[in-house]
Amino acid sequence: MGRILMKGTEAIAEAAIQAGCKYFFGYPITPQNEIPEYMSAHLPEVGGVYVQAESEVASINMVLGGGATGYRVMTSSSSPGISLMSEGISYIAGCEIPAVIVNVMRAGPGLGGILPGQADYLQATKGGGNGDYNLIVLAPSTLQECVDLTQLAFDLAQKYRNPVMVAADGFMGQMMEAVEIKPSPTKDQPADASWALGFMEERGGKRSHLHSLFLAPEPLEEHNRKLQKKYAAIKAAEQRCECFRMEDAELLVAAYGTTARISRSAVNNLRAEGLKVGMIRPITLWPYPYEAFKTIPSTVKHILVAEMNAGQMVDDVKVATGCRYPVSFYGRMGGFAPSVKEIEDECRRILAL
Amino acid sequence: MSEVKVYERPKSWMPNVSSHYCPGCGHGIAHRLVCEAIDELGIQNDTIGVAPVGCAAMIYDYMDTDYCEAPHGRAPAVATGLKTVRPDKIVYTYQGDGDLASIGMAEIIHAANRGQSITVIFINNAIYGMTGGQMAPTTLIGQKTTTCPLGRDASVNGYPLRVSEMLATLPAPGFITRVTVAQPKYTLKAKQAIKKAFQNQVEGKGFSLVEVLSSCPTNWGMRPVEAFDWLLSSMMPYYPLGVFKDFD
Ligand SMILES: Cc1ncc(C[n+]2csc(CCOP(=O)(O)OP(=O)(O)O)c2C)c(N)n1
Ligand code: SF4
Repeated sequence: MGRILMKGTEAIAEAAIQAGCKYFFGYPITPQNEIPEYMSAHLPEVGGVYVQAESEVASINMVLGGGATGYRVMTSSSSPGISLMSEGISYIAGCEIPAVIVNVMRAGPGLGGILPGQADYLQATKGGGNGDYNLIVLAPSTLQECVDLTQLAFDLAQKYRNPVMVAADGFMGQMMEAVEIKPSPTKDQPADASWALGFMEERGGKRSHLHSLFLAPEPLEEHNRKLQKKYAAIKAAEQRCECFRMEDAELLVAAYGTTARISRSAVNNLRAEGLKVGMIRPITLWPYPYEAFKTIPSTVKHILVAEMNAGQMVDDVKVATGCRYPVSFYGRMGGFAPSVKEIEDECRRILAL
Repeated sequence: MSEVKVYERPKSWMPNVSSHYCPGCGHGIAHRLVCEAIDELGIQNDTIGVAPVGCAAMIYDYMDTDYCEAPHGRAPAVATGLKTVRPDKIVYTYQGDGDLASIGMAEIIHAANRGQSITVIFINNAIYGMTGGQMAPTTLIGQKTTTCPLGRDASVNGYPLRVSEMLATLPAPGFITRVTVAQPKYTLKAKQAIKKAFQNQVEGKGFSLVEVLSSCPTNWGMRPVEAFDWLLSSMMPYYPLGVFKDFD
């Protein structure tokens, strides 16, 4: 298959099928309905199954059960639906079950609206559900990246036995772009029978049980230590970040997802005017790409964070840079994205300081 | 005279493990019946259980089969996920009345309504056991619990839910029955029902649910024998035993 013009949500769905995902559990919510629709139409063609759950609470728990078999399973939703899934996500993380969750984020809080947002950043990267756990969070900023990161999500989920969230915003979901979707090399990877449920015979009668309940403090602390060790390994190995025109930059824009696309145009325009502006674009929102922030050149004097929220990533940038730079924020909410001009103006304002 | 073994631990009970249940609790008897059914059907290596939240949360410590945990009430959704990916396996949930009839009401109705080919063992002891005896959806009118200390009042708390009767109104579920473990004669019947509920799944028939009227002497504030007597005299008239739906 060469490059074809596709809508983001449909590209994500096809990418998942090409990554070997045969089981999808979902519940409708705008702006991601094309994912369950696409799955319901195309999974039967590959011998897969789409189950429409009665709620997001049920769909994430179907993912918990489906993922417990070790095979590739997925659900998708948008912000209020992800809130309902938080309970299940915490259990999936606690039980160490691989699963892929796509969040096509919309503006909140509450029912908010159906237009794009990035206001689930803190929920995705700092919790949402109870307990000490982490999701791997991937933030695409082009539709090709939606495809590639969706496929990567399945590999990471299985490698670390951990839930992985593809955090795309509504623009990513609803825009169209040319993409190339190839079958993932790991598409037919068999389930890992050493731990997955349904392989007792293959393990010579040895059972497996997946749980997060440990009533005594010692084994629970031990379980938590094991999880933390895993998260440390993920932090060491899986940070992803793009540094764009960063060399000799005096001002860096830190942005992800759609806001990074817009910031890229602003950076190019400002560079054309001779202004020294660059961009740092976290691709993994968790683990946060601290290593990339260490490579910021000594020319940088200021960092501008741009988001479609009220500044949820600002603290991460401050931590990543050890508060060595002044950090400003420019954001829009309610379904708006900052325009190229708004970011350019903000950059000019900062450079004139 | 040669020795004849008439009683032993089921094979699918974890070796060298004793359970944490209170003396006189029905969970232990129900667990044994599930194990016996699994043994007799020869499905130990092919069975995946889904544990509830409640006193039976650690059922996986006792059952020597694959097991998965579920959040409070969500076991039928977890079972749906398991069965969707592994239709070749026998998937069952074991849930209390707080778990199934309260927080998990949506999940059980929809799993039943999809005719999901799973087996549900539903323990109705008319109270929340694990959290210390609060009111359950199944608590009887007038029954005292820690959250209805003057007795359940229908005008405030509604009426005790008859889950089996309610689910039996749906077209999809195949086998729905209510049994009890209050006396040996009933326990034998409960055993047959549980075995049948697993057998149905082996035959790929569809959704089966066995409601088991069970005791909670600790939270009822009774001695074990008294508790079983109360079950027979107070619970059974409101929750009649019987088959509410069958495949044929
Ligand atoms: C989301 C959530 N809410 C509340 C609880 C607390 N909780 C644990 S067990 C239980 C009730 C269990 O009662 P039941 O299902 O009747 O089982 P039993 O203990 O009687 O066997 C509750 C409310 C929980 N674990 N999770
Ligand atoms: S509290 Fe009640 S249900 Fe729980 S183990 Fe004790 S008797 Fe059984």
